Amino acid sequence: MSSTTNTRMAFDQALERFEPVLGLETHVELGTASKMFCSCATEFGQDPNTQVCPVCLGLPGSLPVVNAVAVESTIRMGLALHCDIASWCRFARKNYFYPDMPKDYQVSQYDEPLCTNGYLDVTVATDDGPREFRVEIERVHMEEDTGKLTHAGGDTGRIHGADYSLVDYNRAGIPLIEIVTKPIVGTGALAPLVARAYVTELRDLMRSLGVSDVRMDQGSLRCDVNVSLAPAGEPWGTRSETKNVNSLRSVERAVRSEIERQAAVLADGGRVIQETRHFHEDTGETTPGRSKEHAEDYRYFPEPDLVPVAPSAEWVEELRGTLPEVPSVRRARLQEQWGISDLEMQTLVNAEALDLVEETIAAGVDQAAARKWWTGEFTRMANEQGVALADLGITSSHISRVESLIADGSLTDKLARQVFEGVVAGEGDVDAVIAGRGLVVVGDDSTLLAAIETALAEQPDVAEKIRGGKVQAAGAIVGAVMKATKGQADAAKVRALLLAHLGVEG
Amino acid sequence: MAPVMDGDLVRQDAATLASAMQAGEVSSAEITQACLDRIDAVDGEVHAFLYVDKDAALASARVVDEQRASCAQLGPLAGVPLALKDVLTMRGVPTTCGSRILEGWRPPYDSTVVERLREAGVVILGKTNMDEFAMGSSTEHSAYGPTRNPWDLERIPGGSGGGSAAALAAFEAPLAIGTDTGGSIRQPAAVTGTVGVKPTYGGVSRYGLVALASSLDQAGPCARTVMDAALLHQAIAGHDPRDSTSINAPVPDVVAAARNADIRGMKIGLVRELGGEGYQDGVRQRFDEAVTVLTDLGAEVVEVSCPNFEYALAAYYLILPSEASSNLARFDGMRYGLRVGDDDQASVEEVMSQTREAGFGAEVKRRIMLGTYALSSGYYDAYYGQAQKVRTLISRDFAAAFDQADVLISPTAPTTAFRIGEKVDDPLAMYLNDIATIPVNLAGNCAMSVPIGLAPEDGLPVGLQIMAPALADDRLYRAGSALEQALVDKWGHELIEEVPAL
Repeated sequence: MSSTTNTRMAFDQALERFEPVLGLETHVELGTASKMFCSCATEFGQDPNTQVCPVCLGLPGSLPVVNAVAVESTIRMGLALHCDIASWCRFARKNYFYPDMPKDYQVSQYDEPLCTNGYLDVTVATDDGPREFRVEIERVHMEEDTGKLTHAGGDTGRIHGADYSLVDYNRAGIPLIEIVTKPIVGTGALAPLVARAYVTELRDLMRSLGVSDVRMDQGSLRCDVNVSLAPAGEPWGTRSETKNVNSLRSVERAVRSEIERQAAVLADGGRVIQETRHFHEDTGETTPGRSKEHAEDYRYFPEPDLVPVAPSAEWVEELRGTLPEVPSVRRARLQEQWGISDLEMQTLVNAEALDLVEETIAAGVDQAAARKWWTGEFTRMANEQGVALADLGITSSHISRVESLIADGSLTDKLARQVFEGVVAGEGDVDAVIAGRGLVVVGDDSTLLAAIETALAEQPDVAEKIRGGKVQAAGAIVGAVMKATKGQADAAKVRALLLAHLGVEG
Repeated sequence: MAPVMDGDLVRQDAATLASAMQAGEVSSAEITQACLDRIDAVDGEVHAFLYVDKDAALASARVVDEQRASCAQLGPLAGVPLALKDVLTMRGVPTTCGSRILEGWRPPYDSTVVERLREAGVVILGKTNMDEFAMGSSTEHSAYGPTRNPWDLERIPGGSGGGSAAALAAFEAPLAIGTDTGGSIRQPAAVTGTVGVKPTYGGVSRYGLVALASSLDQAGPCARTVMDAALLHQAIAGHDPRDSTSINAPVPDVVAAARNADIRGMKIGLVRELGGEGYQDGVRQRFDEAVTVLTDLGAEVVEVSCPNFEYALAAYYLILPSEASSNLARFDGMRYGLRVGDDDQASVEEVMSQTREAGFGAEVKRRIMLGTYALSSGYYDAYYGQAQKVRTLISRDFAAAFDQADVLISPTAPTTAFRIGEKVDDPLAMYLNDIATIPVNLAGNCAMSVPIGLAPEDGLPVGLQIMAPALADDRLYRAGSALEQALVDKWGHELIEEVPAL
């Protein structure tokens, strides 16, 4: 497996000479409470091999039973992607030996997927304004996840060269749906953006359906990116398949990288090899993995341990009735409702704060304040801690409480930030943090006046200026008072008291 | 009042033992001990058992005795001992499937069949020998040595469930559980002079039955009388949510049917394609006599034709190996059972390969290769696909035949028990043993084998197969019980009485 150095052609140049064709296969772990074929729990991050039973361990004699909620989720996903829903379909066994598969076959769907022939419209921003692409969906099918292998020793972190490998079967049997696009053509230089927009839209759609937590960082959404290049007007080229691209940014980069690499190979008179490639987050490049020139024969056949899945037309229609608003439609609605600009909406979407802001507004918080907190202070805190915004530990009720305390003068903006820091640090709810940290606005006039008098005594020249009518000089005194009260005073109130004290009109 | 029981404990049938326990004439512990003593005495020669847990058996017998003493409501088989085929899991008890590759594996869970046996208070003596992963018709393919036929220790007891059938014929247990993928309950029953039933597919849960061919496998009762088989059938059958292929419908009242035993007016179809050429003379002779008995009992015997049965064996030997090649993939040395070649240097593929090379016997490897080939890309349609079509045709033949008859009959096996070693190197000759039993598995309906006498030329038992439509298992018991009673009346005793002393 010799990896030729990745010679690359500049992206713009590559696109002048070649047309890319994309294909995306996305695996999504469904958020069901139990596994695909047994009643084991599906919680992420538990101790290895604690969420297992004879069925998901594939012990001799055990048998699978289909999780009805997983079928329901898949149908809802299919409907949201405008797919046809099969009235009768079967599971199939995909046979191959690998230690992460307890049965040495994976129960999947082969030539009878549950959902077929759909589409998803995505929008990408271009210099000439937004442009819409329709990504056609080939199929959506159900399957079970495999166990998770950890390879110890060796340099590559892969099975070859490892000293030993550990298997965690907690993941084995978690319901997956695989969403496969038809070839995506005609995107040209927008290919990387279209790929990213598709995965983003898919993710938002699944989140709105509530069928998965779609966390790319936890592997609950994983993407395989297929790319091929050919000179314009010529038959499609040989594709490579870059596996497990695990962030939106990486999807974009992987497409870009493959376009640059394949263009260099083709320009050099070479041949693109049909193979699996791995994407490296650090370099943004792909390296070769398994060659698929001699395609593995999975010996698919209908799973005889399961009966066919035959959703009735009535049930499918009932599920169609439960579909939520399409994310793009919802975004437009909220933007209008809140009266915010395209840019402001984009900021919310980029910060992944839309749901959180909507929830916060629903909790009675002013829309501007809700947006300000989530895209400002909270985004900064989340980045600092390396967690998702939603995992920060701040809820809409926290925000609503803080906002009401600000409104009645019990908190200042500055104090409010400290309150949220305390909430995130696990010091309890808003009132507990305030009590614990002693965060009160220093509000009684005598304390503030004493502090004002001290500050005036320390800065007599400033006091003179103010008396002389230079009201803007008051800032220095207010600052000193704020410092003296450790920021727990209301600056506006201090200013008013100061001016009154000096007998100056504000 | 006359005692329920007369004579040796181990020779009694289950129904008699159950009545004697109810009457307080004997305890389950005494019966269990008698079976264990019998196993000690004869199993060295017969080798029906792979594992016997005396302490556990006696402990469960005592529990039943205590429950009875405290007047608890007990099932009709409470306290009766049973031999379990080693293909069904039982928590903590070795389950080898007759293979080296599972040596030392103790499953952490009970199969549904075992769970129901426990609920019924049945005392499980141990695990019986079988062809490796149920692949065979002689029990010679067990990695732990062959089981011998109590009628003639030089002969095979049938297979794959030869251990369960031999345990009954050797009076080591009054009841046994078998599994039937192509005849593995019925053919051993035929060649050991016992009764065996393959229930309707989905009638008995497969959960905990180590799969050979998932779409064909079915566990069922083995016994020395039709009534005992019915009592056992009733205890283990019924819907199980853990098996998706389990039928969610009431179990036909097979015990009432066995008691009824009235076949006046019943239409019995004689399958033209199952009989004639290739069937041993003595088998045909006894079969013809049995047909006369059935007629005398008031049944109307008609001839039916199932033309596609001709292709059953060929289709079966594509479907079974295909499913088996996939079902047996999990035995790779990674998680349980045998592991060979793990020297810290070998790759995972090498360990898997060496484990399978060392752990599987020749017949298992043969079928894995056949199945792997049949499922291969480019061959799938020609082999697996065609075989499934034949399967549909066979189901249609059955449907047409059941339009003309309530049950169908044939000899269970073409010959009586053959000699150990006679066919072990000739797979095709071995496969032909199941020619009459396989169609039922392919169609998913039910069948029974009942003893109908000894072949004059070798003095060995012959079985008659009764086949009924899916979910009409009760018809098997009505016809089987009627035939059994008529023959016992004719002979003056049960056929099993004639088994030579060991």
